[in-house]
Amino acid sequence: MTTAPVETTTYLCTGCPLGCRLEVDAVEGDIVEIRGFDCRKGERYARQEHLDPRRPVSTTVTIEAGTLPRLPVRTAEAFPKDEVMRLVRQLQAMRVVAPVARGQVVLDDALGSGIDVIATRSMAADPEADAGDAGGDPQRARSSAV
Amino acid sequence: MTMTTQPRHLASYYDVLVVGGGPAGLAAALGARETGAERVLVVDRELEAGGILLQCIHSGFGLRYFREEITGPEYAERSLEQALESHVDVLSDAFVFDVTEDRTVAIMSPTVGVATTTAASVVLAMGARERTRGAIAIPGTRPAGVLTAGLAQKLVNLHGYLPGRRVAILGSGDIGLIMARRLTLEGIDVVGVFELMPHANGLSRNIVQCLDDFDIPLHLSTTVVDIVGHDRVEKVTVAPVDAHLTPQLDRSWDVACDTLLLSVGLIPENELSRQLGVRMDPLTNGPVVTSEMETSVPGVFAAGNVAHINDLADWVSEEALIAGRAAGRRATGQRVPADNIRVLPGRNVASVVPHSISTDRVHTLYLRVKEPMLEDSLIRLGDVHERKVRALVPAEMASIKAAPRLLEDFHGDALRIDAVPAQEVTT
Ligand SMILES: Cc1cc2nc3c(=O)[nH]c(=O)nc-3n(C[C@H](O)[C@H](O)[C@H](O)COP(=O)(O)OP(=O)(O)OC[C@H]3O[C@@H](n4cnc5c(N)ncnc54)[C@H](O)[C@@H]3O)c2cc1C
Ligand code: SF4
Repeated sequence: MTTAPVETTTYLCTGCPLGCRLEVDAVEGDIVEIRGFDCRKGERYARQEHLDPRRPVSTTVTIEAGTLPRLPVRTAEAFPKDEVMRLVRQLQAMRVVAPVARGQVVLDDALGSGIDVIATRSMAADPEADAGDAGGDPQRARSSAV
Repeated sequence: MTMTTQPRHLASYYDVLVVGGGPAGLAAALGARETGAERVLVVDRELEAGGILLQCIHSGFGLRYFREEITGPEYAERSLEQALESHVDVLSDAFVFDVTEDRTVAIMSPTVGVATTTAASVVLAMGARERTRGAIAIPGTRPAGVLTAGLAQKLVNLHGYLPGRRVAILGSGDIGLIMARRLTLEGIDVVGVFELMPHANGLSRNIVQCLDDFDIPLHLSTTVVDIVGHDRVEKVTVAPVDAHLTPQLDRSWDVACDTLLLSVGLIPENELSRQLGVRMDPLTNGPVVTSEMETSVPGVFAAGNVAHINDLADWVSEEALIAGRAAGRRATGQRVPADNIRVLPGRNVASVVPHSISTDRVHTLYLRVKEPMLEDSLIRLGDVHERKVRALVPAEMASIKAAPRLLEDFHGDALRIDAVPAQEVTT
């Protein structure tokens, strides 16, 4: 019987300013040892970061007829790290129409994760805005490309 | 839903008038209402109140003040809701251009024109602005494409305007780190962050989540020595620095980019305070304040980034509540005992706020260290009290409470606040 090699991955703990360098030893994906933490919080963080890293995601989406051209949004909870870019690309292609209330879901079950994307501010409809005009800002080279 | 109530005319008198409608101004107004002050007005120069947080779309705010982790716009809107629900008047799109010693406030706005009003108490809550290229003196040409990280944040998050295609960032402050991630998510190439000091200035969470996650290099002990380009930035020259922070020009290299973001710190916005003649602290760049956040001009208070730079909105709101309550108490004729102990920054402490405290009630002192202390450390309140902390870094403000029972045996008139390594103190 051959023993599988131990793979070591390092993480920087974000739990406090100390910034401990955490080392996770894993054999065939199973954690066998965690080192370098100065407190339990760091050990928990290393485990989570190794097995299922997640990040809160914030970006903006195009909003039509709003008082501003962009609406800030976020994931309702931390999102799988590897899917962050794909989520942001999908949100870049989205348009919502004002008015919008804070907390309103702008994308439900994002990428099948079960996690919603919500508006992080309220935005009134701009009485002077032309609904067809939003996102047509000539300086925003990217919006027409999506 | 438009949140801001826009008063059509200005009354001739207010109990408390707050200059600036960021988290500081809104919490101060709330605090003033709590004490029974009737007429409380917040004046903000932007189209909507809320302050700088409206453009800080990432999460990380609110854990202390709202007991929930939220983003900047949420924090701003909730602060505004709280103020409006407690019947504070909020006048936005209105610029305060003068405050006098007798608390006459001059305002200019499209709705009220140029008008003056008087207040029993005034709270200064104008926030901070970013240090610019002038403040740090980088040589080279003056092409387009050099801007502060906060301005880039405003352009991208509020207006959807992308400042460039290949971006270098000078300074590892949190706003710069946050923008490194933000621009990367927008498809922009962020070529690197260059930091003069041997340590990062931002939180480790931001180093991991904004740089490491996207393989953006962080070059410590390195600075920009030249900006090259005619109409637009074409490249910057960077060089490592020695122990005296002098650039080693023979080891410099070029970094191709069309944009340079500056993330080199904030300066309290104190033009009005200076005009008014309040006493300033050169260490905080803000007014000298009592434990009630009152400046040297009686009846004029200061709160938030105007008083000292805070990295977290939650601290700002907490401190502004104190300022607002004091302003409200003054307006309604309630008094608390005056301060009787001065507070001084001691070992490895860059600044402390407030500048004085009293022995009759509990105070929170906010401090910032000069050098990072990555070890168990103690914050010491003279020799009467100490608090153990894991680590202290300049990027994160720390605090210590001073309670009456701790000061019972203190008979001096000045209390020194020190930050010392724990193992240095023999027990
Ligand atoms: C670019 C930037 C990014 C930041 N990012 C974060 C972050 O991500 N997380 C965090 O916790 N903290 C962040 N901060 C720190 C932030 O400063 C505090 O969290 C908090 O917003 C400060 O609140 P404040 O009310 O003191 O100032 P501000 O929020 O700046 O509010 C000041 C208000 O006063 C108004 N004003 C100024 N002068 C006048 C005048 N003469 N007349 C009328 N109105 C006036 C301004 O328009 C503004 O609305 C950031 C700061 C900056 C500058
Ligand atoms: S392991 Fe504990 S002490 Fe070390 S950085 Fe993380 S939270 Fe701080």
